[in-house]
Parts: sequence; structure tokens; C-alpha cells
Amino acid sequence: MPITTIDGHHIQVDAEGFMTDPMEWTDDLARTLAAQIGIELTDEHWKAIRFVRHDFADQGETATLRRMSTVGGIPTKTLFALFPQKPAKKLAYVAGLPKPRGCV
Amino acid sequence: MTTTDAAPIVPSFGEPESGRKLAIICSKGNLDMAYPALILANAALGEGVETHLFFTFWGFDMINRKTMGDLKFTMLGNTATHMPQGLGGLPGMTAMATHQLKKAIAALDVPDVPEFLQQIVDSGGHLWACRMSADMQHLGLDDLYEEVEDIISASDFIEKTEGAQLLFI
Repeated sequence: MPITTIDGHHIQVDAEGFMTDPMEWTDDLARTLAAQIGIELTDEHWKAIRFVRHDFADQGETATLRRMSTVGGIPTKTLFALFPQKPAKKLAYVAGLPKPRGCV
Repeated sequence: MTTTDAAPIVPSFGEPESGRKLAIICSKGNLDMAYPALILANAALGEGVETHLFFTFWGFDMINRKTMGDLKFTMLGNTATHMPQGLGGLPGMTAMATHQLKKAIAALDVPDVPEFLQQIVDSGGHLWACRMSADMQHLGLDDLYEEVEDIISASDFIEKTEGAQLLFI
């Protein structure tokens, strides 16, 4: 498992760059990861991040877009606006979680 | 364990405007044949792919307000159920098979057809109805799911989806 250094943070990641240890994640790191993919975090981003982190701790799996809207109460349209093009993967990355496994 | 001092490892989320497009032609009105298109469209949109669905012939049942929430699944003519074919013809079997399939789909937290279409539209997907099918069934835009953008001809759809990868279901 590679260790990468991003802006002074040393983190364990998989081959693609997704974090493999959710415990290494911090709010400050989230801002750094978001900056890597061109996103500046707003309160709305944080709401989504908090939900997926909480849901992952609960379920052991990263929420899919559908779960983010039905359980997390964040509309699909909003997710696409906050994390353009690939909302589920980008949000998982910033939240320090694996990519969602589910199809829907 | 390896340590890298080089450039940080950051996932590639593709080019913002890759121009990739997907066109899906939905020609079936069976419950089990509706889902492949819906799932693939949803997946493509989640990957930032511009996605267009064209509903034609029996696929119209997926967007007809009267039928879209009531698509059915039958064992008849479907050997993949691995049940005697004669069973499928018994009264009530289609209703039972439909009920079972809907239950299995809901158990995976996959939405029903109308809700799935809404999710696709919310994700930026485009829904188009086939002109000839509308004419054959004497249906207008008012009879169709409200998020259907328009009733268009086959050639209009081909024009709209220039350069797209295409799936016929």
C-alpha cells in the first residue's frame, strides 16, 4: 500500500489514490484533498462529507448517490453541483473513504 | 510499504469535458428489461457521461404515465427462471413473479421505475419519446412522464446523439 504526501500530510492510499485508513482523515486533510481536485469546500460540501463519513462508520460501506439523497437528504442535483461530473467518487475521495461499491 | 516522495497520488477523475456520450434505446416494456437501461444510464451519469434515453415501441410503457409504475415480469418464454414453462401460464403467475421481482429490487434499495427516471433526470440525463410509437398509440406529451423532454423522430435522436456509444435494449 503506497504512502503519499499531500501538502505535508502523509496518508496511506490505494493504487488510485483513495485513502485506505479512514482514521487518518481530518477536516484539514479534507480541504487539502478537495483542493487537489479543484474543489473549495463550502458548508454544503461539509454536510455531504459529514453524512458519508457517519454513514460509513455505521454501515462499513460508502454511500451511493441514491443513498446520499434518500438517507442523507442531499438532493442528487445538489451533489452533481457540489462535486461535478463524478459526485460519488469525488465525495468519497474528499471524505477519505473507498469508492462506493453499489451499482445504484 | 513503499514511500513516495514524488508527486502526490491523486485519483484521476477524467477530463472535465471528455465529450463522452451514451445513447440507450429502450424498446421493451417488461419490468426486467426496464432495469438494465436505467441502471446503466444512472451509472454513466455518475461517471460524468452525457446520457440520452430513447423510448420506443414497448419501451413506451416505461414513460407512459398509465403503465410506468405497473410494468410486469413474466416467467413465460423466459427459460432463465429455470421453472417449468407451463407454470408461467397459470393464472396469477405473472402477478406473483412481478411481485417477487419488485420485492427483490426494493430490497437492494433500487428505486421503482418512475423514481429511477427522476433520479436519472436529476443526474442530468435526457429522456426522449419516439414519434412513431406516440402516433401508433395515439399518445401526446401530456400522456407521458413529465420529465420526457420531447417526442422526436428516430432521425432527430440519431442527430442528437452524434458520436455517442449506443445500447439497444
